Amino acid sequence: MGRDTRSAGSVSRSALTRWDTSLLAALAAVVVVAGVTVDGFASARNAQFLLLDVVAIALIALPLTLVVITGEIDLSVASTLGLCSAVMGRLWVAGLSLELIVVLVVLLGAVLGAVNAVFVTRFALPSLAVTIGTLAAYRGLAFVVLGDQAVADFPAGWTDAASSGRPVPWALVVVPALAVVFGVVLHATPFGRSLYAMGNNAEAAAFAGLLVARAKFWLFVVSGAVSGLAGVYWTLRFASARADNAAGLELAVVAAVLLGGVSIFGGRGTLLGVLAGVLLLGAVRNALQLADVAADTLNVVTGGLLIASVVVPNAIVLGRDRWRRRRSDRGPR
Amino acid sequence: MPQLKRDPRPGLIAIAMAAVLVTAACGGTTRGSEQDDPAAGRATGQANPDAPLAEGLDVAFLPKQVNNPYFTVADGGGKTAVEEFKGSFKEVGPSEASASSQVSYINTLSQQGTDVIVTSANDPNAICGALNSARQAGAKVVTFDSDTKPECRDVFVNQATAEGIARNQVELISEQIGGEGKIAILSATPNATNQNAWIELMRAELAKPEFAKVELVTVAYGNDEDQKSFQETQGLLRSYPDLEGIVSPTTVGVAAAARYLSGSQYKGKVALTGLGTPNQMREFVKDGTVRSFALWKPADLGYLAAFAGAALASGRITGAEGEEFEAGRLGEFTIGAGGVVVLGPPSVFDAENIDQFDF
Amino acid sequence: MSIPDASTPDVSDPDAGAPERVADPGAARFARRLWAARELGIVVALALLVLVTVVGNPAFLSPQSLRDLVLGAAVLVVLAVGQTVVIVSRNIDLSVGSVLGLAAFATGKLLSSAPGTPIALVVLLGVGIGALCGAVNGALVAVARVPALVITLGTLYIFRGLDHAWAKGQQVNASDMPRDFLGLGTSTVLGVPVPALVAAAVVLVVGFHLRSYRSGRELYAIGSEPAAARLSGLPVGRRVFTAFVVCGASAGLAGVLHTARFGTVDATAGTGVELQVVAAAVVGGVAIFGGSGSAHGAALGALLLTTIGSSLAVLRINPFWQQAVVGALILAAIGIDRLLVVRAANRLRGRSSHGA
Repeated sequence: MGRDTRSAGSVSRSALTRWDTSLLAALAAVVVVAGVTVDGFASARNAQFLLLDVVAIALIALPLTLVVITGEIDLSVASTLGLCSAVMGRLWVAGLSLELIVVLVVLLGAVLGAVNAVFVTRFALPSLAVTIGTLAAYRGLAFVVLGDQAVADFPAGWTDAASSGRPVPWALVVVPALAVVFGVVLHATPFGRSLYAMGNNAEAAAFAGLLVARAKFWLFVVSGAVSGLAGVYWTLRFASARADNAAGLELAVVAAVLLGGVSIFGGRGTLLGVLAGVLLLGAVRNALQLADVAADTLNVVTGGLLIASVVVPNAIVLGRDRWRRRRSDRGPR
Repeated sequence: MPQLKRDPRPGLIAIAMAAVLVTAACGGTTRGSEQDDPAAGRATGQANPDAPLAEGLDVAFLPKQVNNPYFTVADGGGKTAVEEFKGSFKEVGPSEASASSQVSYINTLSQQGTDVIVTSANDPNAICGALNSARQAGAKVVTFDSDTKPECRDVFVNQATAEGIARNQVELISEQIGGEGKIAILSATPNATNQNAWIELMRAELAKPEFAKVELVTVAYGNDEDQKSFQETQGLLRSYPDLEGIVSPTTVGVAAAARYLSGSQYKGKVALTGLGTPNQMREFVKDGTVRSFALWKPADLGYLAAFAGAALASGRITGAEGEEFEAGRLGEFTIGAGGVVVLGPPSVFDAENIDQFDF
Repeated sequence: MSIPDASTPDVSDPDAGAPERVADPGAARFARRLWAARELGIVVALALLVLVTVVGNPAFLSPQSLRDLVLGAAVLVVLAVGQTVVIVSRNIDLSVGSVLGLAAFATGKLLSSAPGTPIALVVLLGVGIGALCGAVNGALVAVARVPALVITLGTLYIFRGLDHAWAKGQQVNASDMPRDFLGLGTSTVLGVPVPALVAAAVVLVVGFHLRSYRSGRELYAIGSEPAAARLSGLPVGRRVFTAFVVCGASAGLAGVLHTARFGTVDATAGTGVELQVVAAAVVGGVAIFGGSGSAHGAALGALLLTTIGSSLAVLRINPFWQQAVVGALILAAIGIDRLLVVRAANRLRGRSSHGA
């Protein structure tokens, strides 16, 4: 709140790299400590389980990071995933080929994203409210499409490729590849830098209105398309197309993005931080699960990490500001 | 702010997409073009009925959801059994009933080298792959309450046969409405496998001459959510003012319906029965809303499942039809077709006996 | 800028506090009329819905049915009104579902272990637990100055985790609780169920405070222009903190109502209700940016959402459509709000150019 955080955003441009590195350090610490103290953590098999568990969150977090950096949010991602999964099941039952279905489903995701985008950019509606609306609408449509049925007879070749493929499940290649693409776009192109500008400076954004709208439009479309891809992954990994797939996942994704150091006000955050955040949450969960810690504790830890991720940096900045102010108060007027 | 020019990329993307679509549309993997091998993952090996029951087995219960009272009781029964055969027991699981989190827990259990995994599936298909990979890693898998596909587990411990439940429910409601009148069913979700099987068999039961005057007017779905079931009960009585009775073969549904009836003008006039737990229904049996209802004993279910797991892990049984094993105080059980063991007929609870039960 | 927080004045956002900023009294009257029309719109939608349902099934308007309807809406109304107080100040509270769960379980636990506890004390405990949770949120948001969405998303997980850790799979059943408490959930005064009366009281008290008290009015100012509010000397931190306490307390009260009405509580009570609550407020015309909206608007939104559920059940429409309809309704509501704001802005522009 307050101007303080805002100025903190620009003041601590260097602090944000520190947030990345501290997250990576925390991740390394968790991995080392868990590897030594928790039986079964340090094994290739467990690493694969861990990574497969975070794939959907990691995938959706990639475009969402860009969306949040522009100061918008997309809460409909998990419902988009669910609707895409339901449609995938319907089309498979209808006899289409899986290759075609995958393409159609990703396109459907893009269309659903475009619907969000139209509401947000053309009608200038707040994305939080719009995507709470489409969160309900898309999930509802998923149930209209597939009801409470599950479509499960996907070919074993495809489901194995998603869950236990050799040498690695395809998603474990696709996520890093997409991460590189999104990372380059965000951090190494003028377009990427303009996203920070949009999130940082409302006035400049309003001044350049049309361009902002167009950039945001495509970000929502990409967010939808990637959620659709996550729907394909989810359906194949669990060999089950259902309308309620990934219900509630939106909060987990948002939590991961925020833990990764992306400011909910926009204008601040890195993709590396988000990936570190996703992995940190996944590793902590996995390690605690292996150590037979109950599910309720996992929730408390997730929430605690999230709050710490905003309170700690803010406390540091506030403390420093106060110290500076006191010094300048003492100085000559 | 850098200038963004309208670029030709969208056009290129569209062309590329079209190309992909055309390629994908010709040929490719369609339904039925690839057959699963149904024998994959079936139990193999020879049973040795004389093998001693192994001690020190690691038995893990993975319910649909931890902190769910029904499963807390069932798992408690499992714990008693595991203590009897001197194994070590634990209960793990997600706090929300989702198949994806169950998969994560199954992987963890497999990684921990658990001997027996006793689980109730949130989705018969979604946890299949994880269960099979756990079995390959040496675990024995017993499902209870809700089964997976048969090829993903060694034994399924069924709470009661579908015929037994259908017969019991129809008899209870018919008796309560005096053998004549309109009834409705309040079910869980529209595609819950066991619910639909029961409903079909109840229809078959109602077709018999002894129930000729009992008419089933509709089936409503409360999605196993309290509030939804409550609303659906209201809806039923709105839509069918001359309804005589409601059957709700789901613990959530019957409790919600009972609560609605007990606070409405229909209390004591519209009969209600179903599958419910004594603790949830005690109030409504005592205030006259409900005369009798039924349920298996969840603690016995968990107890039997644990013993089935121990018998599997000790090599006494493999899950093949006709094998027999002993389950402590419950006695001998025989594995039926498809690797299914049936606990027995449901127990009926009424004002006379309800105070003897606490679950 | 779409995230409700109290950080930046948002110049690109004309609907932040649209009816509040108006200086010209004639225009103010016009804007007020416009917003009255907005709330009238919900009433009309509600009436249409009821009408269609009654045509399909006349029993829908029977006294019993109406009682069921308002009873079903009571919990959501209380939650939505509390949420309104927070949203108006350009914040959000996503933890209400978990707070409800915690308070509901505490209520059940207290009543089952000490059945003789006076009901007033029970209600006080529930509200107190809620207020305490709200104070935690409020302190983190107002004192540590971090965005409400992040904090309350975190406490959503934490409060629920505490609830689960406490309950350990137990369930408190109707038979464990005294009858006179459960009677609260079903008994009626002059034909109106008690929980509905409680909800109505909350709407009146909160609505009156927001409209007529200085501290209430200041929330709108804070929500419209947080920076300006701070510069003009408003106690922003204290007001926002109080808003969260009020929201938490109302979630606690909703927890008590939940227990009284449903009779059985376990650790999952209220799971996932947070987005429904925000949806109810938004449908009721509360701007997600803060600065405008009313308690009775939010209450109407909650009533409309609940009625949709009941209508579909009574009309025997495939229940799968319900969520899709709710989603469409939210989109329609914010679309209409936007339209009204643009209209008001045009009208104002027209007036001021005449005046010049």
